[in-house]
Amino acid sequence: MARVVSISSRFRDLTGGLDGLDVDARSVRELVRMLEARFPGLGALVEGEMALAIDGEIHQDALMEPLGPHSEVVLIPRISGG
Amino acid sequence: MSDGNQPPANLKVVGTRPIRPDGVDKVTGRAQFGADFHLPGMLTGRIKRSPHAHARIVKIDVSAAEKLPGVKAIVTGAEFDVGAGGDIEAGEHAAAMKDVADNCLANGKVFYKGHAVAAVAATSPEIAAEAVDLIEVAYEVLPHVVDVDAAMAPGAPVLHEDMFTKGVMPKPAKASNVAQKHVMGRGDVAGAFAAADVVVEGRYTTAAVHQGYIEPHACVAAWGADGQSTIWCSSQGQFLVRAMTARILNLPLSDIKVIPAEIGGGFGGKTTVYLEPVALALSRKCGRPVKLVMSREEVFLASGPTSGSSMDIRLAATKDGKLTAAEMTLRYQAGAFAGSPVNLGCMTAFACYDVEHLALVGYDVVSNRPKVAAYRAPGAPMAAFAVECAIDDLARKLNIDPIDLRIRNAVKDGAKTVYGATVRHSAFVETLEAVKAHPHYKAKLGPGQARGVAAGFWFNIGGESSAAVHVDEDGGATVVSSNPDIGGSRASMAMMAAETLGLPIERVRCTVADTTSIGFSGSTGGSRVTFATGMAVVEAAQKVVADLKRRAAQTWECDVAHVDWKDGVATCLDPSKDVKPLSLKALAGKSARTGGPIAAEVSLNAQGAAAGYGVHVCDLEIDPETGRTTILRYTAAQDVGRAIHPAYVEGQLQGGAAQGVGWALNEEYVYNAKGLLDNASFLDYRMPVASDLPMIDTILVEAKPNPRHPYGAKGVGEVPIVPSLAAVANAVSAIVGRRMTSLPLSPAKVLAATRAS
Repeated sequence: MARVVSISSRFRDLTGGLDGLDVDARSVRELVRMLEARFPGLGALVEGEMALAIDGEIHQDALMEPLGPHSEVVLIPRISGG
Repeated sequence: MSDGNQPPANLKVVGTRPIRPDGVDKVTGRAQFGADFHLPGMLTGRIKRSPHAHARIVKIDVSAAEKLPGVKAIVTGAEFDVGAGGDIEAGEHAAAMKDVADNCLANGKVFYKGHAVAAVAATSPEIAAEAVDLIEVAYEVLPHVVDVDAAMAPGAPVLHEDMFTKGVMPKPAKASNVAQKHVMGRGDVAGAFAAADVVVEGRYTTAAVHQGYIEPHACVAAWGADGQSTIWCSSQGQFLVRAMTARILNLPLSDIKVIPAEIGGGFGGKTTVYLEPVALALSRKCGRPVKLVMSREEVFLASGPTSGSSMDIRLAATKDGKLTAAEMTLRYQAGAFAGSPVNLGCMTAFACYDVEHLALVGYDVVSNRPKVAAYRAPGAPMAAFAVECAIDDLARKLNIDPIDLRIRNAVKDGAKTVYGATVRHSAFVETLEAVKAHPHYKAKLGPGQARGVAAGFWFNIGGESSAAVHVDEDGGATVVSSNPDIGGSRASMAMMAAETLGLPIERVRCTVADTTSIGFSGSTGGSRVTFATGMAVVEAAQKVVADLKRRAAQTWECDVAHVDWKDGVATCLDPSKDVKPLSLKALAGKSARTGGPIAAEVSLNAQGAAAGYGVHVCDLEIDPETGRTTILRYTAAQDVGRAIHPAYVEGQLQGGAAQGVGWALNEEYVYNAKGLLDNASFLDYRMPVASDLPMIDTILVEAKPNPRHPYGAKGVGEVPIVPSLAAVANAVSAIVGRRMTSLPLSPAKVLAATRAS
């Protein structure tokens, strides 16, 4: 089970106030699908607007990235720069 | 992709300081910037802009302007068609395309003085200017608000009737100027404050400041009779210009070709569009090329500065200087449309420090100012200003050396950031130690002088990039980059290719391609190009080397595993073969007989960018009669991974520090009671010039190369502006004898504080 947590207030909005949840996903693509199924709009938010810190490393547009059975996935705002 | 390995040692090109490839063109005036381009039959465009801070557009009457001889086209926001809107990744965040379109040409309302309302294309600049004057716009003037705190106050004029604060549950029933509330944190903040030995607190403000690039926004757009269009422009990303222009005019991407011009500075401010969709709409209407160039006044009025801010901060610590908790509220101006970098301010505020209990709240607030654009480490310098001043207060309260206090609390590899990433490959402690060991930090100060210290952080990013390497028939090579060269990327791309191919740098040239000549790339921003596009260049060069080895093996009729490649020469390791080594030049000369041209293109999405940390030291003195601050000595140290071209990296550190000094001491947008900007010129908007600054010393800390990049590069362009605001403010506060909390620290403000102390 990957543990998904977020620092985003929009995550809490879409999950009814949750700070984190467990998802049995083996890739980011699967994670997005499962999040969307449980909380409509959340998968689209993650895919379109969020970056992921997977076990501590930031990934952007990381749909193909694998997730381990105990991965920690932190949803964070996308980071760009100037 | 390199992963988990230390970058190679014994480098021959990487780490050297070759002469910059664009230097001669730029100092001789041969370089072609956005405004330098001309086409036969080209028209001059001009923009009609709002004289009001906030008003509803009742009517736009262009009939008189249309009748003026020489006027060929007039457009308003009605020409734009963003359809369902949607976002495009740009600058500091995803840009809402409806807002971008409305910022290019107003749609129903104007939100700041200088907001574009209509545009004209005419046969001469004089006729275009006259036509702009002939356009009659009827406004219903509305109450305005420019201050971020005032914009949040109950009863403030609301800019957007459909703006309901995101991030608040339940959804607010009333529209407001707060576009979004961000909340992040961890631990038991209240408990930690209750148990603290010492608490420091403060309220800080920073002014909106402009990126101050020398080259104004400029473009030429030519609509083709077959619907195929070309845009020549100065930007931080030709693909971004194409995407935004196509979206605003509802065109297929393949119908627009964007050719990047040389760029005279961007610093984040050229990661959006202002002119290109307007110029193309004009050209579409009249069938002739149209050039649009902003004046300096227009740059100040209508292109993005970065946010002004107000912040409240509290720190809790033990008596031996261990930070235990922090809480902070950040309120950032977004300008006319949502999208300030306040979330990045929240994420970076305490990224340098290992603090167990944290609570951060950020507010993204619209007001009657131009929409903010990215500016070097967007959002981080303001937050760092408050944090690093508070740390300085703590050091003074506990009588601990400010570097030692920071070392005691510095993040180390393995620490968890508040935004979720784990700290990796960081050399923050090494950077602090390098500063402590530097002669500057040990030098004695004269009477009336003071020293300020501050630190800063930036994420750095990777992302999508493309690059190609072509081997020339004479044994040289050409690198085709997908990113406009703002900070020296042509040099660093060529150097990494030369290193990988085994060629001297003089035999490798780098060019920046248009949108039809190379694969997609994200913009030049986020300190990403040397890392991400550099990775694509190295992988393309590695493919070329693999091809060269294959051709050598083919020539020698041996297994490719028996071919070694070193210093641009293939050597046969098969003891049964009595053959001479083959140089790249020899292999290139016979390429037609071994399979044709030798070239490779790589497109990738680079992951594994490593964050950077900076520490600045500033010595200064203040004229007691005028309050004028003089910077006496300045040193900028930074965790750079490995410097590909150290002189360019040093230049980044110096440039960031210089911009930060301006932000700290002089720069600000000044508004009058009508909400109109009063200082839209370099005469009244005071940026530092060379005579205002000493030579800025640099320390490149190369203790932790990034193992996820083939040569260990970390992004370097954004970190160096982050510490500088507080480094200056801490020194000024030490002389004044009280904490200076409001930027800029102008002579009048410093003098008043000195007299009050």
